[in-house]
Amino acid sequence: MGDHNFLKVENLSTHFKTERGKVTAVEGITFDLREGEILGIVGESGCGKSVTSQSILRLFDEKHLASHGGRILFKGKNLLELSNSEMEDIRGNEISMIFQDPLSSLNPVFTVGQQITEAILLHQKLSRKEAFNQAIEMLKLTGIPAPEKRINEYPHELSGGMRQRVMIAMALACKPSLLIADEPTTALDVTIQAQILELMLDLKKESNMGIIFITHDLGVVAETCTRVAVMYLGQVVEETDIDSLFEKPLHPYTKGLLKSIPKIDGDRNRKLNEVEGTVPSLNNIPKGCRFSTRCKFADEKCRQQMPELESHNDTHKVRCWHYKEILERGDQFATTSN
Amino acid sequence: MQPQVTEKKPLLNVKGLKKYFPVKTPLGRTVEHVKAVNDVSFKLFEGETYGLVGESGCGKSTTGRTILGLDNPTEGELLYKDQNILDDPKKSFVKLKKDFQMVFQDPFSSLNPRQRIGSILEEPLIIHNIASKQKRMDMVMEILHKVGLSSDNYYHYPHEFSGGQRQRIGIARALIINPKIIICDEPVSALDVSTQSQIINLMQELQKEYKLTYLFIAHDISVVRHISDRIGVMYLGKIVEEAETEDLISNPSHPYSQALLSAVPLPEPSIKKERIILKGDIPSPLNPPSGCFFHTRCPIAEDICSEKVPVRKEIRPNHFVSCHLVD
Repeated sequence: MGDHNFLKVENLSTHFKTERGKVTAVEGITFDLREGEILGIVGESGCGKSVTSQSILRLFDEKHLASHGGRILFKGKNLLELSNSEMEDIRGNEISMIFQDPLSSLNPVFTVGQQITEAILLHQKLSRKEAFNQAIEMLKLTGIPAPEKRINEYPHELSGGMRQRVMIAMALACKPSLLIADEPTTALDVTIQAQILELMLDLKKESNMGIIFITHDLGVVAETCTRVAVMYLGQVVEETDIDSLFEKPLHPYTKGLLKSIPKIDGDRNRKLNEVEGTVPSLNNIPKGCRFSTRCKFADEKCRQQMPELESHNDTHKVRCWHYKEILERGDQFATTSN
Repeated sequence: MQPQVTEKKPLLNVKGLKKYFPVKTPLGRTVEHVKAVNDVSFKLFEGETYGLVGESGCGKSTTGRTILGLDNPTEGELLYKDQNILDDPKKSFVKLKKDFQMVFQDPFSSLNPRQRIGSILEEPLIIHNIASKQKRMDMVMEILHKVGLSSDNYYHYPHEFSGGQRQRIGIARALIINPKIIICDEPVSALDVSTQSQIINLMQELQKEYKLTYLFIAHDISVVRHISDRIGVMYLGKIVEEAETEDLISNPSHPYSQALLSAVPLPEPSIKKERIILKGDIPSPLNPPSGCFFHTRCPIAEDICSEKVPVRKEIRPNHFVSCHLVD
């Protein structure tokens, strides 16, 4: 599946300046992505999944951003060391992004055609006419009916699903090799979501681009991704292929999360599993394992020392001191360790 | 859990409810109507949860708001305790309204940021003139504990709480005057998965304890299935299918329900299911299609569908469908 140097994120950290001092939004993020692969990044709000993706594109305002740490290697180049103009050549060209809310990410005073051609003209040496024709092609590709007519419409004239198609057309206009989709279907209805997911999978098949798919919906992950990284409070706590995540999750947080979703074919009389408590604030990160405040398996070691992301096997990594014991003894471990 | 639907008398009987919003020109002349709720009928039985599902713009929230009187219905009857509560809105409804409460979707905008939690929770008691001042404080404390918050929270402001805790406050506010029916408008859709399960469990516990009846409005079918006894599927202001939960989930009969259920992504990668992908978008409720509203997107539509409005029929006991092509 392509070479290993496509995208490698090594020990990425992103810190922001705030009124209360420096806040570390993400820390020690390490993962890689191959061409043609879809990596899902899942986690609850505030876990840093969007910060991770936006760090790859360096989308942060330098006024608020204190610093990045680590390396992001894209085709061998460290994106964090590139100059701003070099970065601009990559943004929207080799790496594109689709955002969650298509209405607020489209400019309301320009037609969709103007916005898509802008992206094309910025990176390709084409005449306005050629770019316009290519924009129509792109809209056609995303399955918008009557693209010649739609291209002259303004974003408010389109429905939510249509707008997201326009966003996809814009993102793909320069044939990027990496696409970052940040909750692309969260704002859409299920029947429209199904359309958009199918479209994204079809387009991926044709172009063999790598996709980072950020979402909080484990159902969407199960249906689209090949590999998944689960994030909690700014760290990756588990990374594995899609089947083992759902069949053999190792981290207590992943397990809790999976058990707390009501299933459409589950037992209705069963009480839903709860992950106790709430996510701590980034200003007040627990010492030791970040999940220790909510974990029923946590002991003194967990509260004092932070576990590293270690390899369970070739494809499965987990950040937990006790995952082996939990794997062997299951829930009994909780009672003996405390 | 299973309600005796056939014999019991409904607690609330919604009959032919319609809510049209006028569309006006700048000079105030009404040119057309948005038919948000278009002839909706269903019954709520005591102690049950009725789930209302559908996509955005299908009128499920407006149905809830209209029942509560937050929007005035254009037409229809709401029979509660043998009385049409829409008949004499000024006198009787205020008294009866005590039995109806609502939990809103957004726990951030539904709490007044300048009011302390204690006073937010006390307000319904003051409005309905319940108990003395001292007693009211006791009641607030009690309800705080019931929803899993502590007495300290009495003096806190909403911004000091997380989304899940705020939703607990929203539930406490609805519960404090001891209502019969709680209309829950997407109560968990703004929450994260791990918090969502806490709130769903809490709502189920409270339902048992206080014998509450829920009208549970949501777009997440897995959640609705988990909590509801019966489900109604809405499309463009109409209920197209209604059945007991298990029956509806395992045997959806209306083509729209079938597509809706098949579109739900399952958190199980091993199951590869046949998905019905609907073409196009939901038509505008300003100008709904002729005949069956769903015929423009329906994969099996025939000529009759664009000509005649389908009638609601009972295909199995307690399983109602509005479709020409289902027998």
